[in-house]
Amino acid sequence: MRDGDIIMSKEKIGRIYRIAGPVVTATGISARMYDLVKVGNEKLMGEVIQIQGEKTTIQVYEDTSGLKPGEVVENTGEPLSVLLGPGLLDSIYDGIQRPLPVLTKQMGEYIKRGVEAPGLNLEKKWEFKPSVNKGESVKPGTIIGEVEEMPGLIHKIILPPLPEYTGKVAEIKAGKFNVEEPIGKLDNGAELKLSQKWPVRTPRKFTNKLQAEVPFITGQRIFDALFPLAKGGMAAIPGGFGTGKTVAQQTLAKWSDADIIVYIGCGERGNEMTEVLKEFPELKDPRTGRPLMNRTVLIANTSNMPVAAREASVYTGMTIAEYYRDMGYNVALMADSTSRWAEAMREISSRLEEMPGEEGYPAYLATRLAEFYERAGRVNTLSKEIGSITVIGAVSPPGGDFSEPVTQNTLRVIKTFWALDPRLAQRRHFPAINWLTSYSLYKDTLENWFVDNVGARWVEMVNELMAYLQEEEKLLEIVQLVGSDALPAKQQLTLEIARMIREFFLQQNAFHEVDTYCQMDKMYMLMETILHYANQANLALDQGAGIQSLINMESKETIANIKFIKDYKKELAKIKLDMDREFDKFR
Amino acid sequence: MLKEYRTITKVAGPLIFTEKTDAVGYADLVQIKLSDGSIKMGQVLDTSEDIVVVQVFEGTRGIDRKNTWVKFLGDTIKLNVSKNMLGRILSGAGKPIDGGPEVIPEKKLDITGAAINPYSRKSPAEFIQTGISTIDACNTLVRGQKLPIFSGSGLPHNEIALQIARQAKVPGKEQAFAVIFAAMGITNEEAQYFMKDFEQTGALQRAVVFLNLASDPASERLITPRMALTAAEYLAFEHDMHVLVILTDLTNYCESLREIGAAREEIPGRRGYPGYMYTDLATIYERAGMIHGKNGSITQIPILTMMGDDITHPIPDLTGYITEGQIVLSRELHRKNIYPPIDILPSLSRLMNAGIGPTKTREDHKQVSDQLYANYAEGRDLRGLVAIVGEEALSDKDKKLLKFADEFEKRFVRQGKHEDRDIKGTLGIGWDLMRMMPKKDLIRIKPEFKDKYYDK
Repeated sequence: MRDGDIIMSKEKIGRIYRIAGPVVTATGISARMYDLVKVGNEKLMGEVIQIQGEKTTIQVYEDTSGLKPGEVVENTGEPLSVLLGPGLLDSIYDGIQRPLPVLTKQMGEYIKRGVEAPGLNLEKKWEFKPSVNKGESVKPGTIIGEVEEMPGLIHKIILPPLPEYTGKVAEIKAGKFNVEEPIGKLDNGAELKLSQKWPVRTPRKFTNKLQAEVPFITGQRIFDALFPLAKGGMAAIPGGFGTGKTVAQQTLAKWSDADIIVYIGCGERGNEMTEVLKEFPELKDPRTGRPLMNRTVLIANTSNMPVAAREASVYTGMTIAEYYRDMGYNVALMADSTSRWAEAMREISSRLEEMPGEEGYPAYLATRLAEFYERAGRVNTLSKEIGSITVIGAVSPPGGDFSEPVTQNTLRVIKTFWALDPRLAQRRHFPAINWLTSYSLYKDTLENWFVDNVGARWVEMVNELMAYLQEEEKLLEIVQLVGSDALPAKQQLTLEIARMIREFFLQQNAFHEVDTYCQMDKMYMLMETILHYANQANLALDQGAGIQSLINMESKETIANIKFIKDYKKELAKIKLDMDREFDKFR
Repeated sequence: MLKEYRTITKVAGPLIFTEKTDAVGYADLVQIKLSDGSIKMGQVLDTSEDIVVVQVFEGTRGIDRKNTWVKFLGDTIKLNVSKNMLGRILSGAGKPIDGGPEVIPEKKLDITGAAINPYSRKSPAEFIQTGISTIDACNTLVRGQKLPIFSGSGLPHNEIALQIARQAKVPGKEQAFAVIFAAMGITNEEAQYFMKDFEQTGALQRAVVFLNLASDPASERLITPRMALTAAEYLAFEHDMHVLVILTDLTNYCESLREIGAAREEIPGRRGYPGYMYTDLATIYERAGMIHGKNGSITQIPILTMMGDDITHPIPDLTGYITEGQIVLSRELHRKNIYPPIDILPSLSRLMNAGIGPTKTREDHKQVSDQLYANYAEGRDLRGLVAIVGEEALSDKDKKLLKFADEFEKRFVRQGKHEDRDIKGTLGIGWDLMRMMPKKDLIRIKPEFKDKYYDK
């Protein structure tokens, strides 16, 4: 044994020197950065975040009331990790992957401390079907078999991306196993299991990144038509309180065409998470007809739960997302809200007495945000599948002011920007996405997909809608000064068409059973019908029809009901016919 | 035997720094004995082998280095709770100030309170009828919600809070709410106003009052809401009561928080408020709700005054991000002599949809609310236009909308301080107003509801 080893073991145990809120300083341990440590007699979980001479600073994931200087600190020598394997889906975790239902069982309705709970059910047996044979060469990333995690959802068992998993299969078994039992062995002795551990702050490996060219379909008209997001893309939804961030995030979690959803409630309201917990098991995935909860992993670290665990929660979620991506799934990760995560960083940073950057946020805010979003993407996995992680981050700017550091640093990385507007929310125009300030940089790369898969005129019609909306904005400024009656007839018609686009197309009721999800085809036909009116009315106007009679046409108002109707095709055809009949009268 | 120390090295604002102590627990309660024999209480904010920082609740006046004794009690702050607390008036630190005896404790509870496991929470979904139209119809309150009132100085937020406390009920269930009233730094006069109303209406018998007045120490304010919520949790979750907690004024609370932060020389966040204010406020607001398997509930109505009526000020801003909506008062409406001056446009109740509908209020409730919002918003916009172009330049529809906005304020928003409108009456006024508009313009309402209610 070398001298170093003796010192190592001695320095695993230290003592608390100072406690200030969630930040504890210890002496006597020699830990590495981000090592997991157990703090105090109750063995509270913590993570090393600063080393200064003899003193090691630790952020503690649990309440530190009553801790005393002199109590024991123990270094585990391992970084904060999550346990990955079958059983993640349909779970609800706190920020450090402790299952909340298990915590309820162990300590009642309130979150108390010092409780350890594994992230996966260790007893449950899974039916494992191997897909490699004895003697076959394998390497990190090889799929060695599968488990049906949820009805219809195959969980592929992949060799962890670590060098010791290169070799030949020496033994592999089929049958029922729990996540810890050996299912086989490699010739170098490496044991195979259904589960693996992965440190949350280290991105999982993949072969290479791909272009984002497939849209992330959300069933929300304003998103899919005007500001589309790509699979593997990054979007931000910033908005002040009450503008509908959470409703938008939840709607996306419900209806988007991802295979797996990881929803992180980061520093938000407890009742909101409860709502998700109540609603998701009852809702059905529109594509598979199975409960939405079966494809969802929830991470709930509400605003009053320990702030350090909030900081960790986004990494916990991202690692789980990467794990499913590696199986070749399209994963969507929703973080509500990244501002609370940034604030957790700020809180810890100020306890460390670090020199602050803008508005008290640590100077590394931009780096951390960029690193996080960069873990999104569509990739070739190690097992030669194509998987993706689409990240949608809610941002809660103080006072709804987008010039603050979190929003600005987020905008520098993301490609789709859905700007929420309190003025729209006040008029109960939902989703309150401002169509003039929002943007999507994926529009061009996704064009081909929409034209090939939805309809030839998609791009052209979307552009026409946008043109009307932009024209409306200009005209409204004039209306503010002179009133709408003073405008020329042509412009009055433009205002009317823009109103129809806003009310009949952009507004979407997330709480209406039909309108909550809009098929691509329905979007296409709705746009077509509105623009049909627009073209015909403009024509009629040129041929001398009166503007009032065009605005007061009864048939066009019935387009308003289409949103709420399941059998929209028949109705739309009828409306078109009615409109044409009315237009004929003007000729 | 607990040791007493005479090792104070520094006194700054509400903080004292002591050294050469044995190991002292974080957040522990501290007793400080002054040279004149008087006793103050405090709490450990920072502890290490070298220095312990203590926040003194009653202010540091009279504390010196040589003759002040500090005793660490080795326990966190606890409140004596009992069902007999109802009807009592306590200080901001939980001591009786109504001349009655000490509360005989059934339990001693830690006032910090732990976070409710989100998995154990029950979704709030029971409609509370406050009898105030703008709240019931447009920003519905439900049991277990936290819905703050964003007010300004000089606006009648206290009257509204009292009216809610008086009138709140769940239709069909006549069990009255228990009221926990926590005052933080309000004036004696305001406190008197509340007390008088509680006494007159008999509400005091089912209330617990925690009073920290403007003249009381500022740092005590930091524990007052936690005391109140500890009492609320006890009554709600151990005695199955429905508790309505009124906290006023959170602005004073946040000022105290800033004061402590400054005394500790912390790096401040926005406008000098500490960076952890969001988390700190969350540990107050998130203590509302309902729990699976428990019959009681905690509904919170925090009141805060917005500095310069600015809703983007850190206090209302952070509050709005935690609470489930907000009721915003408007100076403009107040000037027009409209009570309650609730501006529905920036107001919001996030849990409204869960608490309304055919079985809870009425089938048309949601759509009536949406339509009222839309019309009023348009009408308000038009007022700006009229100021420039005059009413004659408006279209017929716009003239109607303008009239609608005026009538809405006069008939729907305005009501008496003791006028208790039931939900049917409130929706009825809504329909009366909507009849001012042509039926076809009410696009947010389903045709069948229009047939049922518009034509009658």
